[in-house]
Amino acid sequence: MTIAISIRDLQKTYANGFEALKGISLEVAQGDFFALLGPNGAGKSTTIGVISTLINKSGGAVEVFGRNVDTHVFETKFDLGIVPQEVNFSLFEKVGDIVRTQAGYYGMPRQLAAERTEKYLRKLGLWDKRDERSRSLSGGMKRRLMIARALVHEPRLLILDEPTAGVDIELRRSMWEFLTEINNNGTTIILTTHYLEEAEQLCRNIAIIDEGRIIENTSMKKLLAELDSQTFILDTIDELPESLDFTIDSTPVRRIDEHSLEVTLSAGKDVNEMFSLLDAKGLKIASLRNKTNRLEQLFMSRLNGN
Amino acid sequence: MGFSAMRANHKFIAFETIVIKEIRRFTRIWLQTLVPPAITIGLYFVIFGNLVGRRIGEMDGFQYMEFIVPGLIMMAVIQNSYSNVVSSFFSQKFQRSIEELLVSPVPNYVILTGFAVGGMARGLLVGLVVTIMAMLFTDLQIQHPFITVSVILMTSMVFSLAGFINAVFANSFDDISIIPTFVLTPLIYLGGVFYSVQLLPSFWQVVSSLNPIFYMVNTFRYGILGTSDVDIYWAFLILGVFIVVLYGCCIWLLRHGTGIRN
Repeated sequence: MTIAISIRDLQKTYANGFEALKGISLEVAQGDFFALLGPNGAGKSTTIGVISTLINKSGGAVEVFGRNVDTHVFETKFDLGIVPQEVNFSLFEKVGDIVRTQAGYYGMPRQLAAERTEKYLRKLGLWDKRDERSRSLSGGMKRRLMIARALVHEPRLLILDEPTAGVDIELRRSMWEFLTEINNNGTTIILTTHYLEEAEQLCRNIAIIDEGRIIENTSMKKLLAELDSQTFILDTIDELPESLDFTIDSTPVRRIDEHSLEVTLSAGKDVNEMFSLLDAKGLKIASLRNKTNRLEQLFMSRLNGN
Repeated sequence: MGFSAMRANHKFIAFETIVIKEIRRFTRIWLQTLVPPAITIGLYFVIFGNLVGRRIGEMDGFQYMEFIVPGLIMMAVIQNSYSNVVSSFFSQKFQRSIEELLVSPVPNYVILTGFAVGGMARGLLVGLVVTIMAMLFTDLQIQHPFITVSVILMTSMVFSLAGFINAVFANSFDDISIIPTFVLTPLIYLGGVFYSVQLLPSFWQVVSSLNPIFYMVNTFRYGILGTSDVDIYWAFLILGVFIVVLYGCCIWLLRHGTGIRN
């Protein structure tokens, strides 16, 4: 198995004494779609900053495809594409120029730079905007522009720091499709996000970082399997009685309002049994959803346990 | 892209990209970057050269207008080379677009040379505009073309590099105007742009000799008029030392990420 990125005992203490990273270690395999989760200030962006050399580390080592980022500065940068959290392009430049200029920084001849610029601006739905100043773009378009810019040199490893923050649902889903497509084509992706549904949907492996330490590093499947119960919200067709005095899976069924109720099932419990019991009570179910995202439940329990 | 490292032609493309971006920037805002210095220097020609100059008579054996032309061209080149790099690099820091360069595999010396050449391009373009304007007021004959071109290129390089250092340390827009206002302008005005150092008492002649701009202005004047208050070889040596020292400082700052990497 080829390792796309290996982080060993990474430390960062800022000039004001704040210890942002307290020795984190992490490996991401080539081809993986990896989620790096954590609350605000946990150290996610600092980690990305160190990998991209925008932040000087205090200790530890980072290797990209087996090459140390300190000793093989130029080679590792060809392998890396970074999409930062905040907009970091000139707001006075044209969209096409921003991507073409980035291609130039990677030494791409003019013809190739123009082709790649067109390819990625088209893929991200920005080709029509190529001659517009970047300040005129919407928030979602600005994020897509940063993705196009990060991909123009076709890196083997793409790191995205909250790429869908503040992006509407439709656009977020189209970005998910795009990222899945490039991951399927072989690009390793590391993603930080606050949308746990996004991480659950896209990522195969996950690390949770809190207060500068990795507190969980496992596969998404294994992590979700640790859930010992799930709580569902069910909407009924008919109006519910004032009180519900029965249990399912030894847990009382809770009435939320006249058309919805809450049921908690232990892990592995057959959902059909729940429907049979509700049916026997004369309750017709119109729809069902998880009360909270499954990953969110685990995420909160890990943070609370830390 | 499958590059094992950045090859020479890739470095050249990166360098060219930075220079083109810099030129695109100052030509896009030509009303802020090219027109004001042309107007200011044009006013110097009209007021000091033409109106006041007629009453002054000769300076070092030349009409006053002829005498101040080299200094005014040099002033335009110095101010514009400096301000192009300081404002461009600082605004890229401010907007964080400098990160585009920092995450890419461009070596530090390519980044620095790109910005410096961008600054020189603006300085020399403004210098050319001012020279053309000067030709409307006086008959400009260049006595030593090689010295003229060499000294203007080297001076432009020195102040582009100095502007880069200012931008690296600047944390606000105030910080990029302090040095030009309180250091650069007085040094230029006291650098013999408007007068011959021979007019000064001996003490102030010695003080003037500590001003590096004095050497640059006089060497440029020598190139155009064939007269100078300084030893030309000494002036070129000073310019060479400044370029080497400033370039070294800039590379050191880039390598340590001063002001740009956390």
